[in-house]
Amino acid sequence: MYGDTSIQKPIKIAEPTSEEQARLEEIFQQKIDDNIKIEPQEWMPAAYRKTLVRQMSQHAHSEVIGMQPEGNWITRAPSLRRKVILLAKIQDEGGHGLYIYSAAETLGTSRAEMINQLQTGKAKYSSIFNYPALSWADMGTIGWLVDGAAITNQVALSKGSYGPYCRAMIKICKEESFHQRQGYELLLTLSRGTDAQKEMLQESVNRFWWPSLMMFGPNDADSPHSAQSMKWKIKKKSNDQLRQEFIDATVPQAEFLGITLPDPDLKWNEERGHYDYGQIDWEEFGHVINGNGPCNKQRVATHLKAHEDGAWVREAAAAYAEKQQNKNVA
Amino acid sequence: MTEKEWPLWEVFIRSKAGLDHKHCGSVHASDAEMAMEAARDVYTRRSEGISIWVVPSNAISASKPEDKESLFEPADDKIYRHPTFYDIPKGAGKM
Repeated sequence: MYGDTSIQKPIKIAEPTSEEQARLEEIFQQKIDDNIKIEPQEWMPAAYRKTLVRQMSQHAHSEVIGMQPEGNWITRAPSLRRKVILLAKIQDEGGHGLYIYSAAETLGTSRAEMINQLQTGKAKYSSIFNYPALSWADMGTIGWLVDGAAITNQVALSKGSYGPYCRAMIKICKEESFHQRQGYELLLTLSRGTDAQKEMLQESVNRFWWPSLMMFGPNDADSPHSAQSMKWKIKKKSNDQLRQEFIDATVPQAEFLGITLPDPDLKWNEERGHYDYGQIDWEEFGHVINGNGPCNKQRVATHLKAHEDGAWVREAAAAYAEKQQNKNVA
Repeated sequence: MTEKEWPLWEVFIRSKAGLDHKHCGSVHASDAEMAMEAARDVYTRRSEGISIWVVPSNAISASKPEDKESLFEPADDKIYRHPTFYDIPKGAGKM
């Protein structure tokens, strides 16, 4: 979920087993409270490490799986300009996955292990990528709404407590800004086009609006294990806070596009200074996150196939490296 | 998993002439040449660098966090090593 903690099962926090352990935990929490970043080799509670590995690996998986709905449209991009933009964006997503895997490996879990968990269904990824990209307009909507929601999430994550994760987030946020802008520009072009193009734009936004809001995870009241993540500053803002930020920023952009958002309850609340919005269908969310969305099986199968098809390349490269090494020794 | 994972390489990038190489992440690669190509693709897609170092991660010796006090604390009370320790009257001019 682009780094969201809410799709994870709660991690049991063990009571300190000794005085020494309690002292270390106290020093650790003090560092976090003082906004001192935690770096790889330092002492950290086992549950902190485990929470981070799980969150970061799921975040990385989301980036990599996120390449699929867009990859589907490369050969059908309507112009060379759109095609190079789409290629660059998808390459970025792959890069983002690698930044985060690299940061996660500093916690002692290998990338191979993390990828294995993705392929065997032990690790989840953002539910949004289990929806299909059905029209060209989806390439714009994904950039605008999906990457927009991801940025909202990731800006908060970049201020977290684990150094390598924060550094990866800062780099990613800079690049995501291109993703969101190219998406919005694409939609703007459609909004100035023919009736059919305007219709395609509206239809695409209708499909992606609610799943984008789900990207922030369950309502705070139903997200009980967020508290520990907040205390450790793995999470800096609550799901509902981030969702509200995203909605407030996005509604005026929708108005500018001349489209409607598919929520009759969406309206400005003068008193709160925020937009009110309708009920999210959490049943659908649960359905998709638990493997029964429109594309879950296809996404993992595609990943697995690419991985297996590439096995001979990995083997050949390893054999070549070994041969070269032996030569140098001889 | 029978397949052996490619070794890990740390990546350092000089962003422009006149600056030091700075650590920016890591890549998996079977040899130095591939590590270089992967580092270029992963870490310099937007002109972030003009020079790359890749170093096998296991070749780096790092200080341990628990040695922090013995290594770095001795410098904390040597404030006379800093220029601001010395009072120079304004009349002496810029120094």
